[in-house]
Amino acid sequence: MKATSRIRRILPPLVFGVAFLLLWEGVVKGFNLKPYFLAAPSKIFEQFFKNFARIWEATSVSGTNALVGLIAGTLFGVAMSFALSRYRFLGELVTPLAIALNAIPIFVLVAVLNNMYSITSEIPRRIMVSLVVYFIVLVNVAKGLTQVQSTHVELMKSYAASDFAILRKVRVPNAVPYLFTALKIAAPVSVITAFVSEYFGGSQNGLGSRITSNIANSKNAAAWAYVLGACLLGLTFYAVSIVLESAASRGGVASKTNNNK
Amino acid sequence: MSAVQVTGASKIFNQGTPKQVDALIDVNLTVEPGEFVSLIGPSGCGKSTLLRLIANLLEPTTGSVMVNGKSASQSRLDQDYGMAFQQAGLFDWRTVAKNIELPLELKGWDKEKRAARAQEMLELVKLPEFAELYPWQLSGGMQQRIAIARALAAHPPLLLMDEPFGALDEMTREYMQGELLRICAETSTTVVFVTHSIPEAVYLSNRVVVMSPRPGRITDLINVNLGAKRTEDTRAATDFFTGITAVREALRGTHADHANAGAVRGVEDR
Repeated sequence: MKATSRIRRILPPLVFGVAFLLLWEGVVKGFNLKPYFLAAPSKIFEQFFKNFARIWEATSVSGTNALVGLIAGTLFGVAMSFALSRYRFLGELVTPLAIALNAIPIFVLVAVLNNMYSITSEIPRRIMVSLVVYFIVLVNVAKGLTQVQSTHVELMKSYAASDFAILRKVRVPNAVPYLFTALKIAAPVSVITAFVSEYFGGSQNGLGSRITSNIANSKNAAAWAYVLGACLLGLTFYAVSIVLESAASRGGVASKTNNNK
Repeated sequence: MSAVQVTGASKIFNQGTPKQVDALIDVNLTVEPGEFVSLIGPSGCGKSTLLRLIANLLEPTTGSVMVNGKSASQSRLDQDYGMAFQQAGLFDWRTVAKNIELPLELKGWDKEKRAARAQEMLELVKLPEFAELYPWQLSGGMQQRIAIARALAAHPPLLLMDEPFGALDEMTREYMQGELLRICAETSTTVVFVTHSIPEAVYLSNRVVVMSPRPGRITDLINVNLGAKRTEDTRAATDFFTGITAVREALRGTHADHANAGAVRGVEDR
């Protein structure tokens, strides 16, 4: 029963995807499109498996940058949101800045960061990813720590609970679903930032720089093969964030979101 | 010793500014142990403010509030009362049993003692099989019963309730009223109960405190003579309707003030 419903859910998009690839293949063959205009999926897969070792290498470089930045940004973001919820004046100082920085494409900052480190260093890219992740986590977790039900706070005060007890028993559990929402947004963004950071110089070893260099050499199918690698990396990050969320919500943590309130 | 003794209490918000609100002026109220007292009145009459003064969630601007012969703040620190609100205010990330255990955790009880008391409270509110469920899996009425169980978990002598049944449908509401009376009788708890509903106030209370807005004050104290034991038949009794009429007339007095105020404002507008 459960298996058939799962098949019923997975099958339509799968069929659609395969049909799309076949149509693509057909259009390229039928109109005899040149490979530098649009590569056929069969050529892309061929390049993907032929260059698998190199794609894997480039993926692990970009992926490591994204992962290191994601973890560092999350840790700093969580730490800062605790400080913000404790000291209101800090919030008034930092929140407008955080929102403004979130609205502008700050990953161009990596060009400046590149100047500060040696040309082969991966540190500027990792700093860039952590910065982007940091603000996403900060804004969300700070909201989770401060926007608690007033009934809950009054209730805790009626029990003569200390501020620390209110933090531990009300604010932190309330913020957990917000953290996972932030991670779900930040995980794919960290991968994108890692790629784009590679466009501003530094070692040419990641997926982003491989895609640009292959396009520069008119190796269109190879470029598409690296794009495929990039897609798979982004999907992996997103999938892991979803698995983490559902693992944490087993126990009602994320129930707030599917609550009928 | 009175359960609650409010003497000459006033609460003024934003004192000395253009936004000054006289929420309560010169309130005197005594509640005896075992009594069930309702506070009723239109919005803005200060009934919730009065409840929060008793709970020491607010400090009076002038006057004094004593609970169980101690200052209200000492009573709060000693957890001498339990509180329930219009929203059940259960924690979604805690099971039903863990929700009930919360006040006991804050008192530093050990785990076995907490679990035993939670089970005892679940039996008191007739939901013993729901211990391991999460609040969002329960209906609104059940959630409110858990909130009452939590408020009474530490066996406080006093229960403060702020429109606890306000969000429930009429059927559930009447059932909950019966349950509350049974629970309070079994645990001999004193109750101060804020409500908007005249029948609810009359059905539950030994005394109804009628309040009036602008400035918030007590205008009437009405004794309800329905006896100690109230059943569903009570809702059809003559004394019940006598009580309702008495409270309604007392509230009308306050509504007449409303009409006057409106008329005066109408004149000014022209």
